[in-house]
Amino acid sequence: MSAGLRDRAAIVGIGQTAFGRNLGRSELDLACEAIMAACADAGVPVGSIDGLVSYDIEQVAAWHLGSTLGLDGLRFFCGTPSGGGGVASTVGLATMAVATGAAEHVICFRSRNRSKAASYGPGHNQGGRPWEKTTSGLADLRQFHHPFGIAAPVQEMALIARRHMGVFGTRAEHFGMQAVAQRHHASLNPAAIMRAPLTLDDWASSRMIADPIRLPDCSLENDGAVAVLVTSAERARDLRQPPAYVLGAAQGYHTIHTELADTFARSGLFGGPSTIGGRAIAERLFGMAGVGPGDVDAAMIFDHFTMAVPLTLEQYGFCPMGEGGPFIATGATRWPEGRLPVNTHGGSNGEAFVHGFNHLPEAVRQVRGTAVNQVEGCEIVFVNGAITDTHGAVLLRC
Amino acid sequence: MTTKRVFPSEFPRPLPGTEFWPFWEACRRRELRIQRCLECGELRHHPRPYCPGCRSRRFEWALMSGRARVVSWTICHPPVLPAFADRVPYQAIVVELEEGPFLVSNLIGCELDDLAFDLPVQVCFVDIDDELTVPQFEVIPRP
Repeated sequence: MSAGLRDRAAIVGIGQTAFGRNLGRSELDLACEAIMAACADAGVPVGSIDGLVSYDIEQVAAWHLGSTLGLDGLRFFCGTPSGGGGVASTVGLATMAVATGAAEHVICFRSRNRSKAASYGPGHNQGGRPWEKTTSGLADLRQFHHPFGIAAPVQEMALIARRHMGVFGTRAEHFGMQAVAQRHHASLNPAAIMRAPLTLDDWASSRMIADPIRLPDCSLENDGAVAVLVTSAERARDLRQPPAYVLGAAQGYHTIHTELADTFARSGLFGGPSTIGGRAIAERLFGMAGVGPGDVDAAMIFDHFTMAVPLTLEQYGFCPMGEGGPFIATGATRWPEGRLPVNTHGGSNGEAFVHGFNHLPEAVRQVRGTAVNQVEGCEIVFVNGAITDTHGAVLLRC
Repeated sequence: MTTKRVFPSEFPRPLPGTEFWPFWEACRRRELRIQRCLECGELRHHPRPYCPGCRSRRFEWALMSGRARVVSWTICHPPVLPAFADRVPYQAIVVELEEGPFLVSNLIGCELDDLAFDLPVQVCFVDIDDELTVPQFEVIPRP
């Protein structure tokens, strides 16, 4: 496969706010802090940002960032499909922008003010849980879930997870083991919200939310923003930090978890012949990068719920189909001893939930060699968006 | 599961008049109808204006037998939609219809402990009020 975007760009700056419940700041405020931090990290003036990439459900508008941070040189704007699917895709889009000369300093960001107590903004996606704001008169496809009591993402993921258990013999404890591994990582990470360690016994006696998914399997509900700065490989060499080069980047269509009938019929998550989703993206990603899953040293896997981790490991070929659960059970995803440490910052149930975006700076820290839970000799890191959505993935290298 | 009626105004209900509404009109007549492509015959649910298999815009609302098997389930605990708050924990299922498509629904008259893969089920219809009928499923007793 064509080398495409391989080594054309790099992440040269990372920035994040504090993560916490009810920080009492707007999403615009948080986004600005993260973006300025990413620029400071890279040693690039904020005013030289000329591109912005975000999720298309992002509430912070490009023009508000322009007017707040004085980004008069903006000349490239782009969004990614779905919510958590967008994490790694943003970096792929920024890479295309800098590789073609459409922009030179592209910021990818995500800002959320989602604490239950937070009340900033009247928007569907601001303050609290969007699905709880459902009104009667459903004009969209929610009408095939909500009248049956299926509305929250956790309930949709539970139905996907249970099917995986039925087809492959995955056990709920496998999700729990991943929750425990990530909370172990979080316990060592000063930036993490959940610092208290979790045992498998704690997990087994924790609240059931949507069987088989328990509370510690769930991503946190918190506020925070994260940004990364992408520039060309040539420009990257002049900057302050060791570049995290984009070794590969790919996106792909996938059914969305809010349309479960389609997910069951067409997604291939359960081993069918489907050519959409993770396995197809993996082929493009590794083909472009010229490496295989076995060359990856650490993985930052989108984990809205820990059940996403085994599904992602399988779809991307880190283990055979159906063996994601047993792979976790061997301790493979746990730092430092595992052969593929996953979500070494603590992930979305440990560090914070920024719609997966905090996985990107952790991947960069791993290739720089500056992570708190540093994987020894780490050279290549995988990051992806939600396996249950249309999403993308990137490989970063030092 | 109890089929206790909930206050209709807070029950999440589809908006009449959309391209999805014929599904709900059929439920009102106690029929389970799914879109079938008139070119290639592929069944598709959720409803959509084109066939994902052959891109034809011609379709009919085909009557299903209502026979299905349980392929997944969950048991929902708080937090849940307000309309369902008084029935937690409650179950929801995904069924695979005999004809192929999948559907999210609930099982009537089944203990939570009895949920199982491949349980044979048959559609039934529950009136939420004078305007909305939802398709639910009942276990078919094994011979």
